[in-house]
Amino acid sequence: MKRNSDSGIGSNYPWHKQRPVIEEPRPGEALRADRLIVNMGPQHPSTHGVLRMILTVDGEWVVAAEPDIGYLHRGFEKLAEMRDYDGTIFLSDRWDYLASMSNNIAMSLAIERLLDIQVPERAQWIRMLVAELQRIASHLVFIAAYGLDMGAMTPFFYCFRERERIVGFFEALCGARLTYHYVRVGGVAADLPDGFLEELEKFIPMLQSGFDEIDELLIYNPILIERTSGIGIIPPHLAVSYGLSGPMIRASGIPYDVRKCHPYLFYDAVDWDVITHEACDSWARVWVRSQEMRQSLRIVKQVVERLKEMPAGEVRVKLGRSIRPQKGDCYVAIESPRGELGIYIVSDGSGKPYRVKIRGPSFVNLSIAPRVLPGVKIADLVAILGSFDLVMGEVDR
Amino acid sequence: MSLTQLCERLLNWTGLPVEVWVGLVVAVIIFLFMTVIVLAVVYLFRKFAGFIQLRLGPRYVGPRGVLQTVCDAVKLLAKEDIIPAEADKGIFIAAPLIVFLPAYLAYIVIPFGQPPHFQPKDLNLGILYVLAITSITVVGIITAGWASGSKWATIGGMRSGAQLISYEVPMSLAVLVPVLISGSLSMKDIAEMQGDRIWYWNAFNISYFGLAFIAFVIYMICALAETNQIPFDLPEAESELVAGYNVEYSGMRFAFFFLAEFSNLFVVCAIATTLFLGGWYAPLPFLPDDGFWSLLWFMLKTLTLVFIVLWIRSTYPRVRIDQLMEFAWKRLFPIALIDLGIVSLIVALR
Repeated sequence: MKRNSDSGIGSNYPWHKQRPVIEEPRPGEALRADRLIVNMGPQHPSTHGVLRMILTVDGEWVVAAEPDIGYLHRGFEKLAEMRDYDGTIFLSDRWDYLASMSNNIAMSLAIERLLDIQVPERAQWIRMLVAELQRIASHLVFIAAYGLDMGAMTPFFYCFRERERIVGFFEALCGARLTYHYVRVGGVAADLPDGFLEELEKFIPMLQSGFDEIDELLIYNPILIERTSGIGIIPPHLAVSYGLSGPMIRASGIPYDVRKCHPYLFYDAVDWDVITHEACDSWARVWVRSQEMRQSLRIVKQVVERLKEMPAGEVRVKLGRSIRPQKGDCYVAIESPRGELGIYIVSDGSGKPYRVKIRGPSFVNLSIAPRVLPGVKIADLVAILGSFDLVMGEVDR
Repeated sequence: MSLTQLCERLLNWTGLPVEVWVGLVVAVIIFLFMTVIVLAVVYLFRKFAGFIQLRLGPRYVGPRGVLQTVCDAVKLLAKEDIIPAEADKGIFIAAPLIVFLPAYLAYIVIPFGQPPHFQPKDLNLGILYVLAITSITVVGIITAGWASGSKWATIGGMRSGAQLISYEVPMSLAVLVPVLISGSLSMKDIAEMQGDRIWYWNAFNISYFGLAFIAFVIYMICALAETNQIPFDLPEAESELVAGYNVEYSGMRFAFFFLAEFSNLFVVCAIATTLFLGGWYAPLPFLPDDGFWSLLWFMLKTLTLVFIVLWIRSTYPRVRIDQLMEFAWKRLFPIALIDLGIVSLIVALR
């Protein structure tokens, strides 16, 4: 048996021993060409960040694919142990930089659970509003980038036009366009500015027509459907056993959504559906995200109505200068745009967390790549890997 | 001493036959024409794509950014010329020229306006010459991919070879349809057969029951594939192969690839105009189409086709390599073959 050890790349990693063994060509396949080891990334344009794939290819076919991560590791779990609880929120902006609001919410919810405090109702509705807007913005980036992977340049600009407006709303909220640090322990940083909801109401129909445009341009484009359907199939049992979450598992036909299964904030008080698709392929993952944006918009509409009825008022609990939760631990999970984002915090009663563990959805979703990718074409590799919606900032943390 | 006398003196002094000098002058003119066309097409493409993609395109260099492509060309020429250590040096240097030459030579037989003024040379095998010359491009592309010493470039070159060779077959079949209809291989004759009435142009001629129009569509699809445009731009699929066969090239050598690509785009559209859209003739008899008018009409038709190609390029995603091959051999090839068969029957029976 010939082992794939002649690559020389990453061969001193312990997990190298678990690398899939490549079989010698059978006698009938004597005409097949030599296998080639290709290094895809970390500077490859379609690995979305600094993911490196070590590919073994046989002509156009991928024989083995092995993700090599850690190029964006910044040690957030350790950094969080050296800061007081308030200071961990701004770290969370940088995990998944396309969904900072969701990260903020996850971290705040976990700390609030430890402190056992009740957040003002208005703050919770505002959190829902920004979380859903963030989900739309993040999915727009996904669809834009996926279009680029598939060679369609134009949908990118249409998606980013819509995202730019959402980012504009976030800028009005907190002054930042990427790392918001808006949701804080005990509420949100500030109430909505004047005229925010009115502007948002004007924006909702525009976004709706933007979605239609994107559907027409990209999602239902015959070439895209031809290209992405039937590849990268993740059967439901595999999706569950690899612990996938978010649109990845819903595209495999399993209606698992943290917002529905373990509701937090007021997700049980609004009317929306969990989107699933039975096809389990790359196109299903794209379609699920495109439909989820519409559901998010549905939630946004309802939240805006609730917020309009509510008088402007308290949006943050007054906490002392330093937060000292009781000794103990807690796990809080939310549905981030990429899946189940879980935070596990251990408190030893001091002003700083004893241990913070982040369950990043992208990291878990990436784990299925070595299982799905062997046996596909190089061209499909991008179509499959792209549909995972990886954000390397959160994979490496 | 008049200018003519001066020229005669100079000719006598060099001792070379006049034909050589005429040839050289024509070559320089064609090269300048080609460069201008490419710069114009690239600029129009960037503006047009910008319009489609909610951006503005080039704006700052020159009025409305018209000099942007000139600047880019100058920048490319001034860049450091890098030859990778792994590269096969001789072939690496030769490859851009092998790609560039056919693109350049194809201009010789195209009637850009009323011949003989706007056609460098009318060959009686004109269209055959074009098909033969442009298929040399494949050799250059495979050579470039191979000589780069990069795995991605090699894969890109191989893909490109397979694609270009496959699409040449239905393309040639589609080209044979107007050749059969007009009974000549000369570009000039084919255009003259169609004349200045739009309903006699090959693409719209009803007496062939729309079969020539099918050939026109097949030709344009193959033209997309031959010039590596989206949806058939697999050889340079950015997301998969980074940039395909030309990934290791920089500076002037890259400029040659770029020049050849956009020049080929123009050439295939110019051939389509000559073969199917009546060449330099105006669509209706009372419209002027002599002298410089003919050049104008030709450019108008060709640039319309170029625009359609660029429109498709900015709209669609990319197909996969096996789908590409399947499309060529299972769909286009039989359709083109049947189309050609019926047209030849009609021509034979008339």
